[in-house]
Amino acid sequence: MPTQTTLWESLRRLYPHLKPIIPRLVLGLFAALGASVMVLAIPQVFRVLVNDALAEGQASSTVWIASGIVLVLGVLEAVFVALRRFFVINPATTVETNLRTSFYRHLQNLAVAFHDRWGSGQLLSRAMSDLNLMRRWMAFGAIMLVVDAITLTAGVAIMFFMSWPLALIFLTAAVPVMIYGFRFRTSYSRVSRKSQDQAGDLATTVEESVHGIRVLKAFGRSREALDAFSDQAEELRETEIHKAKSLATFSLIVTLLPELALGASLVTGILLAVNGDVTIGGLVAFFATAGVVAGRVEFIGPLLAMTFTAKTAIDRHYEVMESENTITGPPDPRTLPDPHGEVTFDDVSFRYPDAKDTSTSVIDGVNLTLRAGETMALVGVTGCGKSTLLQLVPRLYDVTGGAIRIDGIDLREFSLEELRRHVAVAFEDTTLFSNSVRENVLMGVDAQDDDDAILTEALDVAQAHFVYSLPEGVDTLIGEEGLSLSGGQRQRLALARAIAAKPRVLVLDDPLSALDVRTEELVEERLREVLADTTTLIVAHRPSTVALADRVALMENGRISEVGTHTELLARSDHYRYVIASLTEEPVDLDSELEELEHNDQEARA
Amino acid sequence: MSAAPKQEKQEKPNRRTRAGQPPSIISSGVSNEDEVMLDRAQNKSVRTRSFKLLGSLIRPNRRQFIWTAFLVVFSQIARVAGPAIIAFGIDHALPSLLQGDSALLWAAGITYLIAAVLAATLTAGYVLAAARLSQEMLLDLRLRVFRHTQRLSLEFHEKYTSGRIISRQTSDLEALRELLDSGVSSLASGLMYMIFTAVTIFVLDWPTGLLLLVAAIPMTFLARWYQKHSQIAYRSSRVVSAKLIVHFIETMTGIRAVKAFRREKVNADRYDELAEDYRKVTVRSINLNGVFQPGLVLIGNVTVAAVLLFGGFRVLGGSLEVGALLALLLYSKRFFQPVDQMAMFYNSFQSAAAALEKVSGLLEEVPTVRPPKNPVPLKDAQGLIEFDGVEFRYGDGPVILPRMDLTIPAGQTIALVGQTGAGKSTLAKVIARFYDVSEGSITLDGVDLRQLSPQDLRRAVVMVTQEAFLFSGSVADNIALGKPEASREEIEQAARAVGAHDFITSLPEGYDTDVNKRGGRVSSGQRQLISFARAFLADPAVLILDEATSSLDIPSERLVQQGLQKLLGNRTALIIAHRLSTVEIADRVLVVHDGAVVEDGTPADLISGNGRFATLHAAWQDSLV
Repeated sequence: MPTQTTLWESLRRLYPHLKPIIPRLVLGLFAALGASVMVLAIPQVFRVLVNDALAEGQASSTVWIASGIVLVLGVLEAVFVALRRFFVINPATTVETNLRTSFYRHLQNLAVAFHDRWGSGQLLSRAMSDLNLMRRWMAFGAIMLVVDAITLTAGVAIMFFMSWPLALIFLTAAVPVMIYGFRFRTSYSRVSRKSQDQAGDLATTVEESVHGIRVLKAFGRSREALDAFSDQAEELRETEIHKAKSLATFSLIVTLLPELALGASLVTGILLAVNGDVTIGGLVAFFATAGVVAGRVEFIGPLLAMTFTAKTAIDRHYEVMESENTITGPPDPRTLPDPHGEVTFDDVSFRYPDAKDTSTSVIDGVNLTLRAGETMALVGVTGCGKSTLLQLVPRLYDVTGGAIRIDGIDLREFSLEELRRHVAVAFEDTTLFSNSVRENVLMGVDAQDDDDAILTEALDVAQAHFVYSLPEGVDTLIGEEGLSLSGGQRQRLALARAIAAKPRVLVLDDPLSALDVRTEELVEERLREVLADTTTLIVAHRPSTVALADRVALMENGRISEVGTHTELLARSDHYRYVIASLTEEPVDLDSELEELEHNDQEARA
Repeated sequence: MSAAPKQEKQEKPNRRTRAGQPPSIISSGVSNEDEVMLDRAQNKSVRTRSFKLLGSLIRPNRRQFIWTAFLVVFSQIARVAGPAIIAFGIDHALPSLLQGDSALLWAAGITYLIAAVLAATLTAGYVLAAARLSQEMLLDLRLRVFRHTQRLSLEFHEKYTSGRIISRQTSDLEALRELLDSGVSSLASGLMYMIFTAVTIFVLDWPTGLLLLVAAIPMTFLARWYQKHSQIAYRSSRVVSAKLIVHFIETMTGIRAVKAFRREKVNADRYDELAEDYRKVTVRSINLNGVFQPGLVLIGNVTVAAVLLFGGFRVLGGSLEVGALLALLLYSKRFFQPVDQMAMFYNSFQSAAAALEKVSGLLEEVPTVRPPKNPVPLKDAQGLIEFDGVEFRYGDGPVILPRMDLTIPAGQTIALVGQTGAGKSTLAKVIARFYDVSEGSITLDGVDLRQLSPQDLRRAVVMVTQEAFLFSGSVADNIALGKPEASREEIEQAARAVGAHDFITSLPEGYDTDVNKRGGRVSSGQRQLISFARAFLADPAVLILDEATSSLDIPSERLVQQGLQKLLGNRTALIIAHRLSTVEIADRVLVVHDGAVVEDGTPADLISGNGRFATLHAAWQDSLV
């Protein structure tokens, strides 16, 4: 997937975004240069002062003037430092934000198959830390790299001007430091990454040890969990110490070499001064300038390394941005304002894009027709392809062979927007969003006046009356940032959401599995009315759910093997009996039966 | 309707954070960690326990601690020496060289080199020593918290949400790591550097020292201002970025629902808003830096100009040497450099202090279910369970299980029947010693459960619950949790016995399929089968199944049902199940109501009698016709 690109090619990808802010970046560059000029100028004032003003016992006014100049230069440096930020920050964060929002939009449009491949954590680190890094590089790294290079050159030139032998001594120390600094940053960021990954793994272990605490306790495996955790934690410690070692080596080299050079310069400088090859003021200025330049020497390696890290971030960003959306609407879509809702599967086959070539198709030639308004139950053993088939209807995946049609029109001829208005779904794993109950249920409803009526109706059908006793009723926040609901409650809300959308075609994947039998009965009673004139495909695991359907399709190994009514199939299919009927009897829910008994008892007593 | 407290299935939603904990007066454990205002006594005790924890972490590493302290002091002394030697060279070595005496020059040169080598090596040594020390402490703390969390009873875990325990172990420890990692080392070295620089300046020329003290006043104000505001900015940036991240993750993990319900537009609009908020807080914190950094430069530069002015006159007057002036200029320029790091340090110090308070609270929490000091060994448990005057309640709460006596002979299969909230699960949990009984005792083969070592107890009693949690790793790893030393053959045998073998072999990589990898596609029913195999492999004397088959489809359930008879063969078993078919394989049925056993007998006896179970069974028979 990741293509090898040169640094220059990667940076060029960013150019369209940078173009509008280039003037501001250039202004920032000039401000940073200005600050550098001030920094380099101050030692020159020292030189003049020491050589001319102090040494020969001159008038006190020169001290005033020199100090005044140093003050002005110092204030200007501060102003320039502030100006660089002022010029650059707003445009750079704006570019960052634009990249971030377009990244999100693109991700939302990418097919579900893409999201199957990419964990949300992976995507998040691209959306957050990679883009932060790119911004910091734009606003700081790129500018400072140029400015430091210029300052360094200018500083060294000044030092040569002061005294070339001293400058040579300095340079012999500076060059290795620069090279080493770059190498260090590169390897250091690799170790940092490793420690980040290990810390992430450690966090996963912690999460599992807490979420799985019942299992660990039930099997008495806390000891093993601790051992595994301890191994990981020790690995992390080793990495951290490794990190510290390379940091220590870096600081050793970076402080030692320039200091050694300065020590040598001190001796040489004084010897030179005795011979009159350099003035005392020149020596003073040399040391002051060396102090400035040494800082830049230390810095330039890390800045270069930051540039390469930014390149990686850019590549990672575009790797996602250039992933093609495989499920799109046609250029000129057909529309069907009021479909009847006849759904036909015509020799449909499907295999997951990441499936091995040798594996068989998950869906392998399905032919099935749902008459308009009909409710069809889909029955089969776990793993026969029922859930996959359902996901093809709203085009979460595209068929890899054959076609699915609504009223005779291929799904792929509708715009996605229209298709998904006609088709609503409720899956087994219910996804609710951090939002109010109302928002969650009305998700598929285009804003209307009678929202409240739709909401009440949908909640009623799904037997989700519990929402009214939540702290703020239907406006209670649920999901990650709000109340957590039980599995059965979530499932009822998901069902309500599908019903509220009032689709022509309803696709339900075992939508009642987490409900107790009594509630299931109540839901089914009300659901029957809704299903009466909605074309529905419903995955069923229990006879009670099958009872909702007009006909049943039996699925075996990715094909439909039988279609008929429940009674017909019971009579003629062994496999159907195997799948849907217990060997001896239909299962009965004890809990609710007892509850009913209890209820009767109380009524009798009353 | 029964008034039985609904402990088993919580229909009431629980608040994820700040669960309704009673306001407490004592500040032990985690009880007051969410309270913002603590009175003075509480504050003190919270701080004491943090310090105690810190002390207990340092103590085993005393030598390393002293060594690190030694290194930081001497490395900074060596670092400060440079400019003073330069001054010496210019003021004394140069004049004496002019008189032909080069001894001082060489002395200055060599001293400078020695100082340089010392400064560099000691600093490097310090960086490494500090890292070793902090990593050692951190590892110790991590293991302590992890071990302690595992030790805490289920009661605590149910009360204190998982999210909070996880953040104690992740983000709070992360805050401490940050502090130990960079904060302490930069604070210690920065502080030492400033102290020694100030001392040197005073020694060289005390009037300049006084000047520096004056400059330190505005610097202190600036640093405090920055520290205060950057903390606010940092906090709001955390809040805003957390919102952005939650929205992002929710969209990506719920992408099917997003697409199916055409939420793309609404989501993108919301994300735009959040991203813009995030930009604003970022800009705000960068702008703070934009004032602080130039402010530092400004104060430093003004000080240099003042030192130059003041020193220049003194040089003219002959009371100060030129080289000394140069040294003073270099020193005063560098004096304020560590202020930057130290202001940052203060913030990471504060968040780490808060983290330490919370972590120390968690560590203070006492497990309510404790292993015995002198356990009674029990090697091969038979599975005889006896309840002797058992009563159970949560803490001081209402009685959940009223006083009962009960004997379950070894090898018997018991079905627990009763409506939701009747107390079936609680009964099961006290047998598994997830909770300790409030009165009386439960014995296994005549030994009180509280006398058994956790190893013996868990080998003898295993409970399988409805939520079949799988750990990351392969299917085989997950089954092997029941018996870590099991061979692949044993694992496959266990899977076959519960009817899980077929679906496992059809997974992409069979037994080696990673269960958490996306695309692993393990359904909730399959999860239950795996956790069933896990229990089978553990081969306990007492097996408790708490609705362990609720998510299975009919063919799988049938398979399990067949396997179950084999599985339960000659071990004691307690089965809590919805479906009546399960009850039929039981030797004995206990009907539970309001925590009490109201009917007790074989299925056949109960059916032929006229109790609840008989009525129920009759109704069920009718429904089959």
